[in-house]
Amino acid sequence: MVSGTASNSASSSASGEAKPTGELARPAPATRPRRLKRTPGEVVFDTLVYSALIVFTFICLFPFLNTLANAFSSSTAIQTGKVLLWPVEFQVGSMKMILADSSVIRSLLVTVFLTVVGTTLNLLFTIITAYPLSRRDLKGRGIFMRFMVITMLFSGGMIPLFLVVKSLHLLNTLWALIIPGLISAFNVIIMKSFFQTIPDELREASVMDGCGNMRYLIRIVLPLSGASLATIGLFYAVGHWNAYFGAVLYIDNPDLLTLQAKLRNILLLSQMDTSLEQMTMESKFTVIQESLKAAVIVVATVPILIVYPFLQKYFVKGSMLGSVKG
Amino acid sequence: MKEWKKNYDLYLLLVPAVVFFIVFAYIPMGGLVIAFKDYNLFRGLWGSDWAGLANFREMFSIPEFFRITRNTLLLNLLGLLVCFPAPILLALMLNEVRSRYLKKISQSMLYLPHFMSWIVLGGIVYAVLSPKYGVVNQILRWLGMKEIYFMADQTWWVITYTLSAVWQSAGWGTIIYLAAITAIDPALYEAASIGGAGRIRKIASVTLPSIMPTIVILFILAVGHMVSIGIEQPLALANSVVSDVSEVISTYVYRVGIKQGEFGLTTAVGMVQSVINLCLVVAANHFAKRAGGEGLW
Repeated sequence: MVSGTASNSASSSASGEAKPTGELARPAPATRPRRLKRTPGEVVFDTLVYSALIVFTFICLFPFLNTLANAFSSSTAIQTGKVLLWPVEFQVGSMKMILADSSVIRSLLVTVFLTVVGTTLNLLFTIITAYPLSRRDLKGRGIFMRFMVITMLFSGGMIPLFLVVKSLHLLNTLWALIIPGLISAFNVIIMKSFFQTIPDELREASVMDGCGNMRYLIRIVLPLSGASLATIGLFYAVGHWNAYFGAVLYIDNPDLLTLQAKLRNILLLSQMDTSLEQMTMESKFTVIQESLKAAVIVVATVPILIVYPFLQKYFVKGSMLGSVKG
Repeated sequence: MKEWKKNYDLYLLLVPAVVFFIVFAYIPMGGLVIAFKDYNLFRGLWGSDWAGLANFREMFSIPEFFRITRNTLLLNLLGLLVCFPAPILLALMLNEVRSRYLKKISQSMLYLPHFMSWIVLGGIVYAVLSPKYGVVNQILRWLGMKEIYFMADQTWWVITYTLSAVWQSAGWGTIIYLAAITAIDPALYEAASIGGAGRIRKIASVTLPSIMPTIVILFILAVGHMVSIGIEQPLALANSVVSDVSEVISTYVYRVGIKQGEFGLTTAVGMVQSVINLCLVVAANHFAKRAGGEGLW
């Protein structure tokens, strides 16, 4: 993690001129001999912190594990409350049922399409907006920045935007889920700060060699910004993957439902049961649904889990850059 | 003039963004005139009759307006009290962890909910808390307690809403605090050690004061968002049984505006929210700057 490595290097540089007696406040790097001694008070403190953190982490993770276990457990096992962290009376029936449901697969394909096409367009338009704004020699850049920042502070709200989307005849098309969110002012600002970290001397040298703006952007800036493009791209992609309100708002056509919207329809059916369970009789149907519901959730989540290691790496960097202003 | 010519291609690159922000940000702002109109879907924006302040008068006269405002403020206030300190506490704890593996693993796990959609999180919350088959009530029964209707009881719903927000955001929120902690000069800790400070004393006298500017700015910004509430979390967690506490401004605008076609009234409601929000953010920025930190702009 970013903070971990940074704090370690900070402590090793600080302790560079060996301090035999000094008890280090910062975590000791792994290469150095273990810590000198811990007072009993410290042992108690460490134990408390460690156990609190482990408990909190477990609570955080538990609902996911339980859902995963439910997806692969038999209905009787769920009904009798035997399922905690791992599947009981293992079955893949619910998963098969979900994956055999063509409407779920269809919504999965819609979401994949939306994520790929949407993210590509997002990136393209964010780059061409952020690059000119990163050029300090561009006249009128401040005016445009203000023009853009105002949209972050004030908006017309849901209804006027809906009417605009409607009057452009975007309702019930996938474009309604891509175009209104095409450029995020926030991401433009982050990308602009990324671009500004590239030394200006590079551009001056390129201009000397007769390199124009466009060529400089494509040949020099973009190849140097791989990490930042990945970060912003992941921001957009996870947004597309997870967004559901856009689909709820703009799409009626069941063939165009996104995975999250489809998931919502399935869950809404069973949510009704959950809140009204006190009134309804125990039905076998609900129990089967519990496992089915868990299976849909798993299907909607697995792709995120697959890219999660990359997400974490880049997102942490990206969210730090968000705090760098330029 | 020469400048403009030399960089004409850069200005061309900005054209799509100008068009985009005009169409999808500034025209909707202009669309706020709907709030002053008796909007008729068939006659369109300019064909509809002016209604003056009738929509605003109606807004204050309907009982729901009081309710959705109260719910929005209540949920945000609880968020401020519970969700705001959680990442600070977690960051302080993570900072005290010496085992790199434990730190890394628990960070990975804590960040995870941030990457899930509210539909997935809401579905999981409903499943886990279900009175009959949910694992939480199962554990309560093992402990000999009665099951709790978490999502059907108003008080429990509010608590669940708040805690699920902690679940979603607390881990991710630690990043900014951990970054602030990393920037602390290690000499301060050494000085504290020489002065005989223990670990808790160091947290209280070095770590906390050092990250205080970050805390203050984030707090002020959080206050600035008191009247606005996203729609994805409330919509994913709400149900008809608890609508008295779960209906907030955003869900009301969606339900009554989009679904029932009350465009004028709900645009007025949304506009009041946007305007108060703008005032609060501007005020918050002002205070953040006065508190010695950097504002948003």
